[in-house]
Amino acid sequence: MELKYIGLDEINGPLVALENVSGIGYDEMAELRLSDGTKRLGRVVEVSEDRAVLQVFEGTKGLSLGNTTTRFEGKPMELPLSKEMLGRIFSGAGKPIDGLGDIYPEKYADINGKPLNPVSREYPRNYINTGISSIDALMTLIRGQKLPIFSGSGLSHNKLAVQIVRQAKIADENGQDFAIVFGAMGVKNDVADYFKRSFEETGSLKRVAMFLNMSNDPIIERILTPRCALTLAEYLAFEKGMHILVILTDMTAYAEALREFSSSKGEIPARKGYPGYLYSDLASLYERAGIVKGASGSVTQIPILTMPNDDITHPVPDLTGYITEGQIVLDRSLDQKGVYPAVSVLPSLSRLMKDGIGEGYTREDHQMCSNQLFAAYARVSDARALASVIGEEELSQTDRAYLRFGRLFESEFIDQGFDVNRSVEQTLDLGWLLLSTLPRSELDRVDDEHLNKFYDPERAELLYGDN
Amino acid sequence: MDKIYSINGPVVKVRGTRSFSMMEMVFVGNKRLISEVIGVNSGFTTIQVYEGTTGLMPGEPVVGTGAPMSALLGPGIITNIFDGIERPLRSLAELSGAFIGDGTAVSSLDTEKKFSVTLTVNVGDRLAPGEIYCTCPETPVVIHKCMLSPLSKGGEVVWAAPDGEYSINDTVVKIKTDRGETEELTLCQRWPIRTPRPSKERLPIDRPLITGQRVIDTVAPIAKGGTAAIPGGFGTGKTMTQHQLAKWCDADIIVYIGCGERGNEMTQVLEEFSELIDPRTGRPLTDRTVLIANTSNMPVAAREASIYTGITLAEYYRDMGYHIAIMADSTSRWAEALRELSGRLEEMPAEEGFPAYLPSRISEFYERAGYVKTLSGGEGSVSIIGAVSPQGSDFSEPVTQNTKRFVRCFWALDKALAYARHYPAINWTSSYSEYTDDLAAYYKKNVAPDFMEVRQQISNILVEENALMEIVKLMGADVLPDDQKLLIETARVIRVGFLQQNAYHKDDTYVPLEKQYRMMKLIVRFFELGKKALAEGASVTAVTGSGWCEKLIKMKYDIPNDDPGMFDSYTSDMERELTVLTGGAAVGA
Repeated sequence: MELKYIGLDEINGPLVALENVSGIGYDEMAELRLSDGTKRLGRVVEVSEDRAVLQVFEGTKGLSLGNTTTRFEGKPMELPLSKEMLGRIFSGAGKPIDGLGDIYPEKYADINGKPLNPVSREYPRNYINTGISSIDALMTLIRGQKLPIFSGSGLSHNKLAVQIVRQAKIADENGQDFAIVFGAMGVKNDVADYFKRSFEETGSLKRVAMFLNMSNDPIIERILTPRCALTLAEYLAFEKGMHILVILTDMTAYAEALREFSSSKGEIPARKGYPGYLYSDLASLYERAGIVKGASGSVTQIPILTMPNDDITHPVPDLTGYITEGQIVLDRSLDQKGVYPAVSVLPSLSRLMKDGIGEGYTREDHQMCSNQLFAAYARVSDARALASVIGEEELSQTDRAYLRFGRLFESEFIDQGFDVNRSVEQTLDLGWLLLSTLPRSELDRVDDEHLNKFYDPERAELLYGDN
Repeated sequence: MDKIYSINGPVVKVRGTRSFSMMEMVFVGNKRLISEVIGVNSGFTTIQVYEGTTGLMPGEPVVGTGAPMSALLGPGIITNIFDGIERPLRSLAELSGAFIGDGTAVSSLDTEKKFSVTLTVNVGDRLAPGEIYCTCPETPVVIHKCMLSPLSKGGEVVWAAPDGEYSINDTVVKIKTDRGETEELTLCQRWPIRTPRPSKERLPIDRPLITGQRVIDTVAPIAKGGTAAIPGGFGTGKTMTQHQLAKWCDADIIVYIGCGERGNEMTQVLEEFSELIDPRTGRPLTDRTVLIANTSNMPVAAREASIYTGITLAEYYRDMGYHIAIMADSTSRWAEALRELSGRLEEMPAEEGFPAYLPSRISEFYERAGYVKTLSGGEGSVSIIGAVSPQGSDFSEPVTQNTKRFVRCFWALDKALAYARHYPAINWTSSYSEYTDDLAAYYKKNVAPDFMEVRQQISNILVEENALMEIVKLMGADVLPDDQKLLIETARVIRVGFLQQNAYHKDDTYVPLEKQYRMMKLIVRFFELGKKALAEGASVTAVTGSGWCEKLIKMKYDIPNDDPGMFDSYTSDMERELTVLTGGAAVGA
């Protein structure tokens, strides 16, 4: 049933209200037609017997109480879906903007998705080899995981995302399909261009669907962007059996859009003005990663967010960290030293890693090697703090060994470069070699069997003795 | 018929009706969404909906049930996995597929399944509220005992079915109350989730909930019937700690509430617990576990209810005389659900947008823990272990602070420890337990007479190390005198060898109290011998270089859990070698 109403009764920010309406459902979509013939989309955010409040996606600029006709569609926002959407570019609200015309949908799906029943989930176990040492060894990415990159303005998170996409061996040995769904929320035009160009260069543009909401596009549309991207991802993964990597950038801009929208609705703010439901809202996006029992595909998410003022306790990174299965944190001081990727190892983590590594997945010594690397690198910061007070010469032999280990770890292990692709074996061997620069008694996370096998101080001395 | 007036997210209003009572469960809309009345006045009745409201329209019907939001209690709860309002997720998956749809009506418990019931009453017996009238094996390790509901007045048994196979809705006993009414008793009953189930009296708390985790059992132990909070920022291992406790603590039944947390974690619990064998019973851990999974993307109102559903199930089993441990992960998500709903109701916010009634809700929840004498005369307990996820890892935020007021055990997780991969990352200086004194008698009697003294010595070493580290951070360890160097080394042995525990190691994942005590004792002995050696002229490098530090650090792996005898040979070896040390040094001098 379609209903048309002429005129509006109230306009407030992105919201408009209509009075004396009936038969309207909560969350239903509406189309507003202006007198000049242009159309805008809206969604019902509050409804009572005689009044409906709509949020207008393209903004309310130019709207007056008299110049619009509103038509209610009788259903929530749905995205037309087809496999042909790969290789295409869409607006944040899911409309094609690459001039190649409309797509022919196979089906329509509600962009809000539905919660996945925990008993229908398959626990993710297969690792994704990214070829980046710091990630593969210390915070292994697992297929079906949501692993965000916590970054700051000016850091190389986009470059890292591109490198992951380029090097990631997502496809199985049996050559299953994989594809990328890219959602850009409030990014600058040149950032979107950078991704597009990079996908072109790696020849993967045909396997990428892009949803672009630029920083000057309406904020309401920004709230839809990740939902559209994830709806397509779920469709491709669970109905077409593909392995999908979803990159969402920038989640901070998304959360800010949500805050702007919430305050214009007059809601009570919680922390830093963000709405009280920010956690639930972010969860409704991040939880859409995973593997469904019985389906052959998977949705892996790499959301990127910039921490305002590099503050990891800011509500957006904070709540994200509570939902996602770990995080990759980038560090400004490493970046300034010219280290790429500037992964800050200690606060980074992959929660699913423990079940996806080791024998049968990567290599049986992986867990021990990574535990010891973490523990040793944590000692490095203590030694550095001490050195800055009493000077390096005054340090004990052990502390000096840690300082050397820290330097080597950063320059050899973390600083890898954009074009270097290391296998897991190379990465782990390098890790053991670096650990061999430390006295054997310091390696308390490793048992004797592995020490006998991997501890090789002579070779380490030969290679790194001059450092 | 009553109709919806307005809809705002999960909050629905009905105008001008007097038919609903406060906290009544109602069905909203044509899809019959499960909902609860949360506000009544002459103008509007306010209802919160436990499912998604997309597509709901004003004018759709609202139907009351006449009863408050209740949980169905009966055999079939254990091994099951429910959502926040006790809908079985496995049946939902069969009905609506991998994704949860709205308005799916399923019975909480399997109504078809037959249980082998043994009647425990005869015709003519008096049956008082809370008394048991029949039992049936629910899982190989849990005997289910059906009790007369505490809501009933009790009466005389006028009919009892013969022993046999019954399903949960079959009548097995009829009683005649003093007023002459007949009540038919089945295997199940309903109980309003927001009301605590009654017990005869509260008993003093003096038995530990043994967890096999060293830092908990010795540094900050929790008692059966006690409450504990685990606060920690993301990545500090809250969930991991909760999983370890759920696996190994010596409760009879575990209620694991995944409240607003990750879907994959619940899947992991499901998988892992069905594979792990409980050493006490030799059966999979699922045979003693109930899961309540209301993940972060499931409806927020049901998340608010999940905590109450969980504790109601726990109290029900407590009344049968079992010891229950509840893992609530995470209570912060529950508090946030309160805040979200409060915001939708346009209530006046207090701190950080949380409603002013947050502290009273938190205390109501934790007060439902306890060690009690049940109505049927047995003893049972409910222990609550709640994870708290402080915003920005800041322990001064309202949920952490208010929780701290109402729990007696505080296991503070530390980011710095987690970054160094020191697990469990429970900080030994900022954590505490008020149960230590209550439990001292138990430890003395059942583990060792000097348990508390040894524990205190370990704690003293750690406290002193903490003070010394201030100096070390400024000037390096080299400036310290020898005895303090020894102390720092011993503290390292305690931290790495004792407090750190490897959840993935077959022996170290669960350590019996006896071994925990012997480990502490051995470390204390090392410290004493070391001090003695120093006093007699040995150098500190001789003591720390004797190899015993490494040996003590690895003893958790080297000495099997079932062979405490090895500690004796360790002790005598250590005594001999460290004494020789002084002898040697004395000769050299």
